[in-house]
Amino acid sequence: MTDLTRLSLTAAREGLAEGHFTATELTQAYLGAIETAGALNAYVLATPEKALAMAKASDARYAKGEAGPLDGLPLGVKDNYAVEGVRTTAGSNILKNFVPPYESTVTSRLWGDGAVLLGKLNQDEFAMGSSTESSAFGPTVNPWRRAGSTQPLVPGGSSGGSAAAVAAHLCAGAAGTDTGGSIRQPAAFTGTVGIKPTYGRCSRWGIVAYASSLDQAGPIARSVNDAALLLRSMAGHDPKDSTSVDRAVPDYEAAVGASVKGKRIGIPREYRVDGMSPEIVALWDKGADMLRSAGAEIVDISLPHTKYALPSYYIVALAEASSNLARYDGVRYGERVPGRDIVEMYEKTRASGFGAEVRRRIMIGTYVLSAGYYDAYYLKAQKVRTLIKRDFETVFADGIDAVLAPATPSPAFGIGEKSGADPVAMYLEDVFTVTLNMAGLPGIAVPAGRSAEGLPLGLQLIGRPFGEEALFSLGQVIEEAAGRFEVSDRWWE
Amino acid sequence: MSVDQATVRRVAHLARIAVTEDEVAHLQGELNAILAFVEQLGEVDTDGVEPMTSVIPMTLPLRADVVSDGFYPERVLANAPAAEDGFFAVPKVVE
Repeated sequence: MTDLTRLSLTAAREGLAEGHFTATELTQAYLGAIETAGALNAYVLATPEKALAMAKASDARYAKGEAGPLDGLPLGVKDNYAVEGVRTTAGSNILKNFVPPYESTVTSRLWGDGAVLLGKLNQDEFAMGSSTESSAFGPTVNPWRRAGSTQPLVPGGSSGGSAAAVAAHLCAGAAGTDTGGSIRQPAAFTGTVGIKPTYGRCSRWGIVAYASSLDQAGPIARSVNDAALLLRSMAGHDPKDSTSVDRAVPDYEAAVGASVKGKRIGIPREYRVDGMSPEIVALWDKGADMLRSAGAEIVDISLPHTKYALPSYYIVALAEASSNLARYDGVRYGERVPGRDIVEMYEKTRASGFGAEVRRRIMIGTYVLSAGYYDAYYLKAQKVRTLIKRDFETVFADGIDAVLAPATPSPAFGIGEKSGADPVAMYLEDVFTVTLNMAGLPGIAVPAGRSAEGLPLGLQLIGRPFGEEALFSLGQVIEEAAGRFEVSDRWWE
Repeated sequence: MSVDQATVRRVAHLARIAVTEDEVAHLQGELNAILAFVEQLGEVDTDGVEPMTSVIPMTLPLRADVVSDGFYPERVLANAPAAEDGFFAVPKVVE
């Protein structure tokens, strides 16, 4: 039998439906791959027993002709999704023994459609990072290496475990989350496809919160079509999340391969930032050519407040984080460090349970919300956010269907290279991705080329609100023109 | 705006995070680097601009004011670091 972990989701689904192999065999193939990949540190917890039990139930559904749209497809889930009875840490020591007695809405939708859980995937602590180095479980290593080098590279973050696992064929697809680029940047660093849907498209219920007005769930997959298939199951209204939108979920797979003829694609001049590498500029031009060849019209546009997206993002996100993370007090769940009184218990618990980046972000968030500074920072940032959204509304009103931009300023960097004394160096990783979270818009990252050293590079398409279908159509054009990106040297095995 | 070491200690206390003297100096540098970075927002004219409250226009949904969940204290307490007689247990708060 050919290696079942090489199959796309659609091919695996066909193979299962036609009885060429069973969900149990497919799941065993992935569990075997996970066992050999300890060096990548992509999984923080593999759940083989649960996986095989779910696969067995899936085989029974196939036998009865009751298979769902994802039946028997083995997936990994970022560790910030609560999965009932399965340890959920969000990459933090403060949750190292937390076992949720409930299931997140998005994962329950995946299991409801028949998917199989392989395990929980590594991430930056509380999704705060762009490299997966801030995890309490240690960094995830990118399966990709520079040509002729064995230096370990980051997979991006915060959904770095998800992206690395998908790229290394340690799961058929993965669920990630994106607050400032945490799906799209790791997808770009690993040659995979990642989509952050419109804010409100997926329920946030049961996902460990970072910044509630920015967080969105989305898939990471090995092709545009696979991402479309996963998003269709993940998306949908949920009364338990008051920001979840009650709007029909389209058949995203039907949009893959649809014509993009006549679509107007904006190229925002403000994204040509200082110090941008020439190969990223060349990639961007190449992407525009790919879309033009498919019949799209390329239009220069202006998004004048782009420059202010990153600083306003860091105010809004950190303010919301300081509020969301107040719940980790050592009382209701999580780790506790005893103190002389309750205040000392809180302070010791939080000092010991949170890592350095999380403590730093909570403190900045606390400062910008504190008396006397609220107007100067938080209110100002929320006003700038209105202007950022207005930039996009203006170009969409002028007939632009989607915006094409790089996903990242550079290819994957080395572990340790950007985790030095200046936190802002890492924050600049998100310069092309945060604008969408600030404006609530959907964005897809698709691999489009390689760096001089052979690393994958991604382009990003930004859509209108609930314009995911156009992104899948346009993303497919890039995928067809650029080809698939597979790691050829499986050095970790 | 930049923060001094007294402010770092005050913010750490507001955030209920214990900091050592060594950490205060580090944090001061890091916090000031981040604050210097966000300072550029001062260049943006936001006179008359409404602050963002909801990124996707929507009305906040209402639901019936009825109990829809609960009645399983053992599950609620399952992850508590300390629990007694169906309650969360904390150090003495009232003298």
